[in-house]
Amino acid sequence: MSVLRRGAPERDPIARPVDFVDQRLGAAPVLKKTLSYVFPDHWSFLLGEIALYAFVMLIATGTYLALFFVPSHSATVYHGSFAPLQGTSGTEAYMSTVRISFDVPAGLLIRQAHHWAANIFIAAILIHLMRVFWTGAFRKPRELNWLIGVTMLMLAIVEGFAGYSLPDDLLSGMGLAIAYAVALSLPLIGGQLATLLFDGRYPGGEDFWPRLFIAHVFIFPMVIGALIAVHLAIIMRQHHAQFPGPGRRERNVVGTPLWPGYALRSLGWFAMVAGVIMLLGGLIQINPIFQWGPYETWRSTNGAQPDWFLGWLIGGLRLMPAFEPRFGGQTWIPNPFFGGALFPLICFGTLYLWPWFEQRFLTRDFRRHDLLDRPRDNPLRTAIGAGFFAWVFIVFAAGAADRLLVSAGISYIGQVWFFRIAAIVGPFIVGRITYKICAELRDTGRHPLRGFSGRRVERAPTDGYATVSESVGDREPAARPPDRASAAGTAPGEPSRTRTGDLR
Amino acid sequence: MNLLGRLLALWAIWRRVLRGDPQPLAEDPDPRERELPESERAELLAAIGLLASAGLAIAFIVLYVVYPNTPLLGATAGLSLVSLAFALMFASVRVVPQVTEVEERSLLDHGEQEHREIADEVRAGGEGISRRGLLVGAGAVCGGCVGAAALVPVASLGPRIGGRLASSPWRAGRLLVDEDDRPITADRLAVGGLVTAFPQGADKSDLGASVVVVRVDPGDLRPSPRRRGWSPRGYVAYSKICTHAGCAVSEFRSPESPTTTASGPALVCPCHYSTFDVTRGAKVVFGPAGRPLPQLPLRIDARGRLRAAGGLSDKPGPAWWGEGGPRA
Repeated sequence: MSVLRRGAPERDPIARPVDFVDQRLGAAPVLKKTLSYVFPDHWSFLLGEIALYAFVMLIATGTYLALFFVPSHSATVYHGSFAPLQGTSGTEAYMSTVRISFDVPAGLLIRQAHHWAANIFIAAILIHLMRVFWTGAFRKPRELNWLIGVTMLMLAIVEGFAGYSLPDDLLSGMGLAIAYAVALSLPLIGGQLATLLFDGRYPGGEDFWPRLFIAHVFIFPMVIGALIAVHLAIIMRQHHAQFPGPGRRERNVVGTPLWPGYALRSLGWFAMVAGVIMLLGGLIQINPIFQWGPYETWRSTNGAQPDWFLGWLIGGLRLMPAFEPRFGGQTWIPNPFFGGALFPLICFGTLYLWPWFEQRFLTRDFRRHDLLDRPRDNPLRTAIGAGFFAWVFIVFAAGAADRLLVSAGISYIGQVWFFRIAAIVGPFIVGRITYKICAELRDTGRHPLRGFSGRRVERAPTDGYATVSESVGDREPAARPPDRASAAGTAPGEPSRTRTGDLR
Repeated sequence: MNLLGRLLALWAIWRRVLRGDPQPLAEDPDPRERELPESERAELLAAIGLLASAGLAIAFIVLYVVYPNTPLLGATAGLSLVSLAFALMFASVRVVPQVTEVEERSLLDHGEQEHREIADEVRAGGEGISRRGLLVGAGAVCGGCVGAAALVPVASLGPRIGGRLASSPWRAGRLLVDEDDRPITADRLAVGGLVTAFPQGADKSDLGASVVVVRVDPGDLRPSPRRRGWSPRGYVAYSKICTHAGCAVSEFRSPESPTTTASGPALVCPCHYSTFDVTRGAKVVFGPAGRPLPQLPLRIDARGRLRAAGGLSDKPGPAWWGEGGPRA
């Protein structure tokens, strides 16, 4: 402190910037409210945050890449430090991506981190969506955020596909050819739409590459960013939903205030997501386009796999039988429509309509809900969701059938028939099992992770059953469940001694 | 079911050993609390995490300048962020005050009375207007037309489809050349061999250009009557672009295709495993393709080179709504 300041009133170093902001924006009430904004704690609430922070990483790494990438289909010759491609010719798009990988310091790190971040982004959105579905968090008043979230998942998949297509390597070319065929297959408008998108018949005209680039680096990120802003604004307005617990009611929210606990935790979580993405980007190779080589329409390779988030569409295209209705000498619906357009349409349509379907036909519940369901609280919803996701997952698994053929030698025809049948039967089996588990858990009060708190019935030595205790919940000794677990283990031939349900 | 039950029971034991019995909960207690950890050790640990993060960040910078190796850069950047993450999260639970707060939710619904007042206010904006129908109609017409005018320029994104979706540079007499523009001679392939060919001088990436030429035992060929004579000396050529989804049909299984078909030499598309029998006009024997690959009639000229004896038998590439049938 200087001599001149001595005697002046001590000024609070934090209050001064607050003075400044409040005197200009009148923001004091907002600041106060923000600092004490309460976040309910549950690990599953971090899934959406992973998606958010992965998006931030995508913007940061993507901006860097855009400064080096050349979105052009014109031919060029490679002269760089990667020896195997020395002197070969290819498109600017491909060669500039190779240059980023080998001749820009940290270029490969950023490129791989970008790709990993994209995979994490979409995975986090998907798992977050499942969490929201199975806890009933989409119910009134959160239907709008559900719609926005489903839209973001769809946009993220398209955005991921565009990004994966940009380097113009062999894999991305095969993907674009399929995308073209799917666009072409749309009834009535297919021909026009595909030629508009690709600036002519595939592989497209001069303008196609700059268009794909603008879509990937500007249009889609902007829309997704705007939707994220609205998503968060709606959360702030409605507050987070919370699981039932001590002191938690429909009209309050119990948890950690933003300052200081939650702010530190969330920043830490951001650093964690960013750190894991950088570790993956540096240590685990992803999409080595310099190994795939450049694409030409007449080239393709066996055992090729797209990014995971496109696997379900490849599976849909693969499982569809050779059905291409013709009438009056004309093709009506080309085959790729079914697996590549109708299938995702059904999936996203189901997701979009679910909140209203459930409200109208399953629960008849039109009230506002701020307390979450546990998955067992609504076994029917949980079972339908499990069946639905199992259906998509089986088709997704079918997308990897060629990998199984190439690496394990399992017959492709056999796999296709297995997956076709599994895709029809599997969801019902999964749904039925899920329903039984949920109903059992709900009715017995048994928690899958925290033990048992229901009635215990034992079979008498001679015949018949007797209730031993009404409740073995809170006050029973901790040794009870282990006892019974070991009893079940030592007497395999004997029928189960208790009737606590299927879970035993 | 039983196994699942046992696994869950094991997990439950684990949880109990780890955490002890869950305490019985009182009736709706007030969860508000504030606790000060006041641990110098924790503060020190958080500081160590932050300093480790700083050290690793400096290591990243030094590496970037002197030795930009991808795994090392990734490891330093990643670990720097991860130790920052640990420091922040640790500070959040062990250093700063531990607060549980209760906040009341805002009432979203302001009630029917309020909603009706808004509706009335909207309605009041049209008070005294007598020709409401006319105005609304004119407004709708205007909106539709201006909207259409705004959308029409989208059409300039791409060329009109016209005949372009079906076009192919193949004509009778065109010479077949390989990737390096060398003509393909009749002694190029043995039975079971494959080569990709293009019309001489054409744009190779055109979907109608690339064909796959395979050679089979002439005795195996079973062409339709119209296609007799299209495959001299067992040379058969089909469009290389799959009629399903436009990938290149680049696999030739000969003498048979053990993975997808039981008998006969076949062309297989690696994208969705559409399988085409080369001896029978590329008939689809497996997979999702809806129609055969278009065939290119071949002849061998006086100098022993393969030439097209006509155009492709059908439109090349994936199908679209209204696409005409094959000229088989």
